[in-house]
Amino acid sequence: MIHSLIGKLGQLSIIIAFVSSLVAAFSFYKSVVIDDLHKKGWITYAQGAFYVHAVAVVSVVFCLYYIVYNHYFEYHYAWSHSSMQLPVYYMISCFWEGQEGSFLLWIFWNVVLGMVILNTNKLWKGSVMSIFALGQAFLTSMILGVVIFNVKIGSTPFILLRDAMINAPVFQLNPDFIPEDGNGLNALLQNYWMVIHPPMLFLGFATTQVPFAFCIAGLWTGKIKEWIRPALPWALFSAMILGVAILMGAYWAYETLNFGGYWNWDPVENAVYVPWLILVASYHTMITYHNSNTALKTSILLVVATFILILYSTFLTRSGILGESSVHSFTDLGLSGQLLIYLLAYVILSIVLMVRRWKVIPTSKKEVSSYSREFWIFVGATTLCLMGFQVLLATSFPVYNSILNGLGIESNLALPADQASYYSKFQLWFGVALAILSGTGQFFWWRRMDPKKLKEILMGPILLTLILSAITMWVTKVTYFPYIVILTAGIYSVIANAKILWSLKGKWHLSGGSIAHIGIAMMLIGIMYSSGYSKVVSLNKSGLLISKEVDDEFNLSNMILFLNEPRQMDEYSLLYQGRNVEARGVPGYVPVEVLTPTHDPYHWIAAENLVRNGKIVKAQGDTLEISPENIYFKIRYEQENGKDFTLFPRIQVNASMGQVASPDIKRSATKDLYTHLSYAPYMTEEETREWKHADSITIQIGDRFFINDFVAQLDEVTRVHEVRGITLENDDIAVMATITVDGGNQPYLLKPIFFIRDQQVARIPDVINDLGVRVAFSKINPETDSFDFDIYTTQKDFVILKAIEKPFINILWSGTLLIVIGYAIAIRRRYREFVRSTDK
Amino acid sequence: MKKSHILGIVVIAIAIGIIMTTAGDASSYVTFRQAIDMASVGNDGKIHVVGTLKKTPSGSVEGIETSEDKLSFSFIMLDADLMEQKVYYMEPMPIDFLKSEQVVVVGAYHDELFIADKILLKCPSKYQEEEISISS
Repeated sequence: MIHSLIGKLGQLSIIIAFVSSLVAAFSFYKSVVIDDLHKKGWITYAQGAFYVHAVAVVSVVFCLYYIVYNHYFEYHYAWSHSSMQLPVYYMISCFWEGQEGSFLLWIFWNVVLGMVILNTNKLWKGSVMSIFALGQAFLTSMILGVVIFNVKIGSTPFILLRDAMINAPVFQLNPDFIPEDGNGLNALLQNYWMVIHPPMLFLGFATTQVPFAFCIAGLWTGKIKEWIRPALPWALFSAMILGVAILMGAYWAYETLNFGGYWNWDPVENAVYVPWLILVASYHTMITYHNSNTALKTSILLVVATFILILYSTFLTRSGILGESSVHSFTDLGLSGQLLIYLLAYVILSIVLMVRRWKVIPTSKKEVSSYSREFWIFVGATTLCLMGFQVLLATSFPVYNSILNGLGIESNLALPADQASYYSKFQLWFGVALAILSGTGQFFWWRRMDPKKLKEILMGPILLTLILSAITMWVTKVTYFPYIVILTAGIYSVIANAKILWSLKGKWHLSGGSIAHIGIAMMLIGIMYSSGYSKVVSLNKSGLLISKEVDDEFNLSNMILFLNEPRQMDEYSLLYQGRNVEARGVPGYVPVEVLTPTHDPYHWIAAENLVRNGKIVKAQGDTLEISPENIYFKIRYEQENGKDFTLFPRIQVNASMGQVASPDIKRSATKDLYTHLSYAPYMTEEETREWKHADSITIQIGDRFFINDFVAQLDEVTRVHEVRGITLENDDIAVMATITVDGGNQPYLLKPIFFIRDQQVARIPDVINDLGVRVAFSKINPETDSFDFDIYTTQKDFVILKAIEKPFINILWSGTLLIVIGYAIAIRRRYREFVRSTDK
Repeated sequence: MKKSHILGIVVIAIAIGIIMTTAGDASSYVTFRQAIDMASVGNDGKIHVVGTLKKTPSGSVEGIETSEDKLSFSFIMLDADLMEQKVYYMEPMPIDFLKSEQVVVVGAYHDELFIADKILLKCPSKYQEEEISISS
């Protein structure tokens, strides 16, 4: 039966949410422009409309969750993003796998923020909320899914599968067909970081609208200066959330993806990085204005630019314009026109308002002294903008191509072939500039400066920097000139900010800036070491002549490991020890040989007792719940100093992404050893093994022999009364041989069966995939007490892996932690200032 | 001259520098023919070529050669003009390579040989489910 009620309720809620946001936007607008007498009425009315909107949005979220939770696969959204196997704690992730759900998440955060503003800010309520409600109208229109005059507006998450796939033959036969199971959540998203990263990111997106709304409200109502104070804590909060979200995404990529790092300069990463840079620049100039009434125009421009860039990034990722250039982009839902309207509406609105007020915005006429903090902040903000500009320029290539091709001019621009070097050659030098500015600027920040005082105050930090950098360079062998500069600039920034921190003498509420700047400098140092000195340890230095015609030698960065055959890699001796899976209720990993698959891919049976810490966690014959899509390859690393360890890099057979390799990382204080597989055979059903008949042998019980170079022994031959779960009939005869194979680090058992029914002989061979061995029990020779076996062999299991060393990456992660702490302190301080100002 | 003017000039200079570098570093989508022409006039920049794998009439991929140590391989690619080109790649064959319906190679000619630095795949199953399996 199709559960149509819940979907209709959801759809109705979307329509209510859309209409109520329009009503709220209009009434809040009225409350601003109307005379004081009627103001109160409009405000109450508008507030009511916004509350209706909030309830409707919560109802939409509830309906969608209800559909996913109850596995109503008659709905396209549940069918394409969930499955019966999906654990409840990942169901929430279904919201952000699909476009519609992620819009919903954004809408939901906006509702939460709107509620906070409604209840904390009386003065700005009307104007700010009308901009907020307008934004909600645009966003809810994206999930509206209504067709008006043949134009489809939005894409609803409540569409039934049969309506989404009108042409599927199954629905023409039976319109009430409901699939048994869904396609499941992309297994890459089944990761704890992916449970928190998207909500963080969308909270970041949503929060950028708050300073924007204050700024636009200020321009509109003529409070062109006053908007800064309430907007400042929000801008800081937004920068913190967005920054944390970006770093979480980076950390997820480092742990889960296999491009060998935390940042790939993917257009989608860039599309969030750029607005974040501008956001950071904007609150710096806002603080300048707050303190000394300069840079108001710059602040307005930057706050507006931040939000527009967020909309632009939404357009890039969701319109399908990025095409092949990104792994992140969502399916094109045909919303590009609507997204473009959303973007352009805000661009035009902002430009019109800014132009109207531009003449009256006060600017300071006097020349800025280069010994003033305003000057240094301004240079810093400019640097941040240039950083953003460089990234944006290349990320927008697909946009230039579409515009030019749309105008009839052929354009085939492609992203730089070596993206990392293109971006880093600017970003790193800008990073150096920021480190120096943030180190020096802080001194201007706290007291008035003149050349003499500056020299005095900088002498100590600079000397200390030179000494410390020299020692660090010597110890860590940094010789490449740009890295020397980065290291020195980073250390200088840490020392200078630490000095400021010291001079605050425990006034912790003022320390946010210094702490965050130390964090930034540490990130810079961490990035320099972990990327600049990242070393491929699996490098095959022998080189390979690719062809006789080419003289170039190419280094190979991968190595091959056959099962149980040790190989030397750099200082390690590596041993591949077989495939493993994760089983619920069993700590660690379980080798696949000790499990017997069943017809249900998610439930396998333990072939022996599974012991963990001396206790039997699963007994022989118990059924285990496993996730068969994740295979973990056990790689043993042995070191001469005896400090051995084991890594389990993973390959995931992912329904929507194909096979995905994820690394495993050995972490230590000074470096990470990052290992991922480039290839493992036999991961899919299509890739079958080719068996070769290797040998026919006649042996007696207790005899030893070789199979595929492994030593084996025939232990016993017994009569059995059950074959693979089938009880035998009276006249049937079944005999099972037990053969032990010494697989190097563990014994394997082979149990081939010789079976007679109605005078017909059947042989049920047994296989050890790890060893590439298959044995069939072919004959019993009663006269000589011996048995015949046929031995088949195939390619032994192997893996191709790549291992990379990343020195001092922990400096980077510690830096990020400091940044968050710094932000938290700064937000608290600015929020208190704001509260004090409203209490007056 | 005011300091803000100097700052403005510096900023504009850097911005122009960025634009010039970007234009210089930008790669382009070309065909193998164009790539050969570019290489013959000494332009050895990395280019993007979009194409498909060479397939037999029955649909299986042909022309794959894996090195003995399995650590590198070569394949035959057809570009938009259906020109055939053998492409060498110094890494193991990417997972799901044979299933791809479109490949983008980023690389350059070294003498007669095209050597890819990077291979991007577009697989049919990615993101879009078009079929409903009716298994029960």
